[in-house]
Amino acid sequence: MIPEDLLYAKSHEWVMVEGDIATVGITQFAQEQLGDLTFIELPEVGDAFEAGNEMGSVESVKAASEIYAPVTGEVIEVNEELEDAPEKVNEEPYGDGWLLKFKIKGEPEGLLDAEGYADAINAEAD
Amino acid sequence: MKTIFEKSVAGREGCWPCEGLAEEAYIPTELLRDGDIGLPSASELDVVRHFTKLSQRNMGVDGNFYPLGSCTMKYNPKFTEVVAGLPGFTRLHPVLPQLQGAGGLCQGALEVMYETEHLLSEITGMHAYTLHPMAGAHGELTGVMLMAAYHKDRGNKKTKIIVPDSAHGTNPASAAIAGYDVVTVESVNGIVDPDALAAVLDDEVAGMMMTCPNTLGLFETHLPKIVKMLRKVDALLYYDGANLNAIMGKMRVGDVGFDIVHLNLHKTFATPHGGGGPGSGPVGVCEKLKQFLPISRVAKQEDGQFYLDYNHPKSIGYIAPFYGNFGVVLKAYAYILRLGGVGLTRATENAVLAANYMRKRLDGHLEVPYDRICMHEFVASAADQAKKGVRALDFAKALLDKGHHAPTIYFPLIVPESIMIEPTETENKETLDHFIDDLIEIAQLVDTNPEALQAAPVTLPVTRLDETKAARGMELTDDL
Repeated sequence: MIPEDLLYAKSHEWVMVEGDIATVGITQFAQEQLGDLTFIELPEVGDAFEAGNEMGSVESVKAASEIYAPVTGEVIEVNEELEDAPEKVNEEPYGDGWLLKFKIKGEPEGLLDAEGYADAINAEAD
Repeated sequence: MKTIFEKSVAGREGCWPCEGLAEEAYIPTELLRDGDIGLPSASELDVVRHFTKLSQRNMGVDGNFYPLGSCTMKYNPKFTEVVAGLPGFTRLHPVLPQLQGAGGLCQGALEVMYETEHLLSEITGMHAYTLHPMAGAHGELTGVMLMAAYHKDRGNKKTKIIVPDSAHGTNPASAAIAGYDVVTVESVNGIVDPDALAAVLDDEVAGMMMTCPNTLGLFETHLPKIVKMLRKVDALLYYDGANLNAIMGKMRVGDVGFDIVHLNLHKTFATPHGGGGPGSGPVGVCEKLKQFLPISRVAKQEDGQFYLDYNHPKSIGYIAPFYGNFGVVLKAYAYILRLGGVGLTRATENAVLAANYMRKRLDGHLEVPYDRICMHEFVASAADQAKKGVRALDFAKALLDKGHHAPTIYFPLIVPESIMIEPTETENKETLDHFIDDLIEIAQLVDTNPEALQAAPVTLPVTRLDETKAARGMELTDDL
């Protein structure tokens, strides 16, 4: 269920690091909890964030929720297709439903591996 | 179902004997319309059937139990409609009290406003009220503007407002619209914790907005301590009166130390709301904030005459045209006088009793995460059932098939798969039992026939709506 090759923030974002580029999305667990997404507000290319900063929000039929930058760096690409098709995040959170790409500054810190994230979800459920 | 326009057949009409003045008598001739206004033509019976059927498609308090948590959908007694329909009120023009010499023509209406302000002050222990805010969130914004006016007057530099995570969703929005940064304080064991508050409280805090009981239906037991902590940094305490129905007659928020309060007359004081009518969100303040209240203020001369007083140089000014939703105020005034102090207190007792009765009857059927004595509402959770594929939404839809309005779901956010139930004081025990029996039956279906719940509702004019499509593909206009 939780891809082994990704890193995870406790706030339910996933990160795929390739060199100094990090692709970011929200996890399967997050999209399930939110339900069908209706709107996604993302930052713009060129915006810079520190890990843990609020960088946008997602709205579903149930609620609105913030999304946080899991890494420190600058946004270099945003998944434009989500504006018209937020359902991609529900359908393929780890694939076509990716949110944005960062050029990261320094090494990612404080992220969990798949096992650590699974534990975090279980702790939250209890 | 066809619209009344589609049912129109040229030449059909009904008849209604006219009483009193015809429009021509008091509308100048040159302002009267002379063309056709395009109303449908239908017989009286066509009209009666059309609108009766239309009303039957609606789910309202007059027809169904309506335990919509946080909304206080109590029964709205019909006598208040009669009072609000008295021609001495309906034929008043709102400009009258502002015209030189015309104040004498609207003394009754001014007295109603004056008296209502005083009754609300008495009920909540506040010093003065404005009736102008049009609904709850408007009251909140007014309240936060009063906070800002107070701090400005004192030369305080304040940038933040604290809102607990169990507060009403509009609180952070109101604080933000007034220009403040919103700081959230997390609940501990369902209520505000003084230590958690101390961690976010500093000199830049303008105030804190609380709902008591909070959205979990729990009483905030640390209030005296919280009041002390806020006073130390000259921060004001705001009471969101959305849940006043749980404490009216039992606790006066002014006595506890709240500085500002808004009430929802359309909830606690039984005037129609939701699809049924406009709201009213009067704001009450402690003595030191009275000078900042919006203008106009209703005042009383020594000879007993009422008039509008605009001479308040420190007022935050106008927040609404005229004097708020006067018709709602009038109904609330009638309701308060009819029930009296004893009646209002009994309403509170019955509301709290009904909620606790339902909570206990649900034992073993649906989880109640903060399971202790609640106030006028409680929050259950379908988190266990959701693991089996039946979510709070499915419970809500299945209840519609049983003839009940659904409870509030997915609010408050701090309980997963929440189902928030507020019965109000106006329901009898049979109705409460009927609802709980149905809810228990639904909970049992989770194991035996989850598909039936996922398909609900099947008995209503419209079945399961595609909420996602409704939110993603919004079309809010139509070519008529």
